[in-house]
Amino acid sequence: MSTLAVRSAALWRVPLLRHVVLGLVGLTVMLFVLGSLSPFRDAQLATMAYLAIAAGGLTVLTGFSGQLSLGHGAFLAVGAYTTAVLLEDGDPPFPLVGVMVAAVVVTVAVGAVVGIAAARLHGPYVAGATLALAVAVPSLARYLDGLGQEQGLHVRVPDVPTWFDDTVWMITGADVDPTSYVAYLGWTALVVTYVLLANLMRSRVGRTWRALSNDDVAAEIAGVRLGRARVLAFVVSTAAAGLAGSLMAMAVRVTSPSGFSVDLSVTLLSAIVLGGLGTLSGALIGSALLTFLPQAVTSWGTSAGLSDVRAAELAPVAYGLIMIAVVLLAPAGIVGSLRRVWWRRRGIA
Amino acid sequence: MQQFMTTLLGGLTLGAVYASFALALCLIWRSTRVVNFAQAPMAMVTTYVGLEVIEATGSYWLGFAVALAAGFVLGALVERLLVRHVEGAGDLNIVILTLGLFVALHGLAALVFGSDYRSFPAPFGLKGLHVGGHNVAITPFGVFTIVAVGIVLVLLVLLFRSTDVGLRMRAAAFSPEVARLLGVRVGAMLTLGWALAAVVGSLAGLLIAGGNLVFPQYMDSVVVYGFVAAVLGGLDSPVGSVVGGLILGLVLSFVSGYVAGDLVPVTALIVLVGVLLVRPGGLFSHVAERRV
Repeated sequence: MSTLAVRSAALWRVPLLRHVVLGLVGLTVMLFVLGSLSPFRDAQLATMAYLAIAAGGLTVLTGFSGQLSLGHGAFLAVGAYTTAVLLEDGDPPFPLVGVMVAAVVVTVAVGAVVGIAAARLHGPYVAGATLALAVAVPSLARYLDGLGQEQGLHVRVPDVPTWFDDTVWMITGADVDPTSYVAYLGWTALVVTYVLLANLMRSRVGRTWRALSNDDVAAEIAGVRLGRARVLAFVVSTAAAGLAGSLMAMAVRVTSPSGFSVDLSVTLLSAIVLGGLGTLSGALIGSALLTFLPQAVTSWGTSAGLSDVRAAELAPVAYGLIMIAVVLLAPAGIVGSLRRVWWRRRGIA
Repeated sequence: MQQFMTTLLGGLTLGAVYASFALALCLIWRSTRVVNFAQAPMAMVTTYVGLEVIEATGSYWLGFAVALAAGFVLGALVERLLVRHVEGAGDLNIVILTLGLFVALHGLAALVFGSDYRSFPAPFGLKGLHVGGHNVAITPFGVFTIVAVGIVLVLLVLLFRSTDVGLRMRAAAFSPEVARLLGVRVGAMLTLGWALAAVVGSLAGLLIAGGNLVFPQYMDSVVVYGFVAAVLGGLDSPVGSVVGGLILGLVLSFVSGYVAGDLVPVTALIVLVGVLLVRPGGLFSHVAERRV
């Protein structure tokens, strides 16, 4: 082997470098893919981006540090409502990135409070408290003035900046319409979030999370400060949820209480289970499944002779059954099972 | 005064429903250490089965009995075919299994029974009772709800305290290995526990449905409040579940009667978090707190 290959293989083992390189590759691919697709596909990819960001955050909390959150939809709601209020008149007080940062800050403030309360609780009690939160937040939005009650708030995405349009046109030769603008925003945010999360999970903090999810007593004896680690996991996870909520507000264009039902929280949880609990690639695959599977299953249903309304019900049946099958047959999820096959082939496990 | 009584009695009725739902969760928690999130959809499915029977035969009580029997069978099947195979695979996996069941049953019910609103009959009147020339703000069906939940609680206590089967079930839950050595068929006991819990859950479903509209999501609020009630009571104690259900029903009824209906879920959250911060194991937990 040449020295160059040896050296680059060694560099590849440095997590920070590897994640940044992967992130840059992802950004480049995204630039070309999003430019060449129809607005409908761009809208789907924008959906996938916010689901994946939220699922990534949930992976840190549930898959990695072992706290089951059944109320992540509530944190998306906080981020989405913050964004919707700031963008309501189409003239935000600061640039769009500032709006997204504001959504993250507000959500993290809420998440920190919930996290401090949840850190005292155990398994099903955390699930219960977060489930109650998932219902409480949307109903609070119905009650408070200025949040549009049942109809919700319309979100006006600011115009595509000319410099952005020009740059993309220079590179790909395609114009940026508002739908693909949101998709670009979403995927950029997704890549940045995943690079940050991936590094965090490989860091000292990530190892303490893993330790406390495996055995909290042993972790405490080894010097991990449980409360602090748990709250930190909540904060990181809700930051991602806030960002996802902000993008969701822009992608859906309406922020209303019915968009944040318990179903959304359960959906996010199923995303991280389908792909494989505790890995970011699993969260990404799970969100892709959730984005593209319903349409495929529904069209299969209509072609099999079901009415449109009934065919639309096939999608929840499908991923409910897939969740059950994953737990029964491949508890490590899609990514985990593939990894196991890979390791076995290389004779490691 | 009139409004106070209405709110109080309404709260008691509501509380009785939450209590029965919480009781079902508590039964499963005690025997298998699982929170069954699919409880509500299972009850929804059996209520639909009951409704089909009622519409076909015209007899409410036949439908009622069939729904409870369907609950027994469904509970046993879920334990035997699904839950049994993930035992010991980590708490998270079992929870996710029940959540998958939650999603799948919702979709299946909409596929099989349709997602339209259908009205469910009630065996008793839905108008307020007259007692001595006064209108009392409770309906005969409300009385039936409270009585039914009371009977179930008494029956369960009798089952666990003074029958042989109840003793075996307690032994199986307390220490499966020792119980097995002493000749208790632990697997069968767990299946029975799930089946009984599903019967109690089905009862909650029927009580909510009576005189109301039924659609695949009609139990969704009960999922949350029933769970909150069970957690309030401590998950481990049947009496705690009933007390938790009644407290929650009353508090929520007063909030929606005197403050605002939209604040009900927030109140549930505040009550839950308030109680859990003071007693992290719920009101009736008598297990010594595990310090971690």
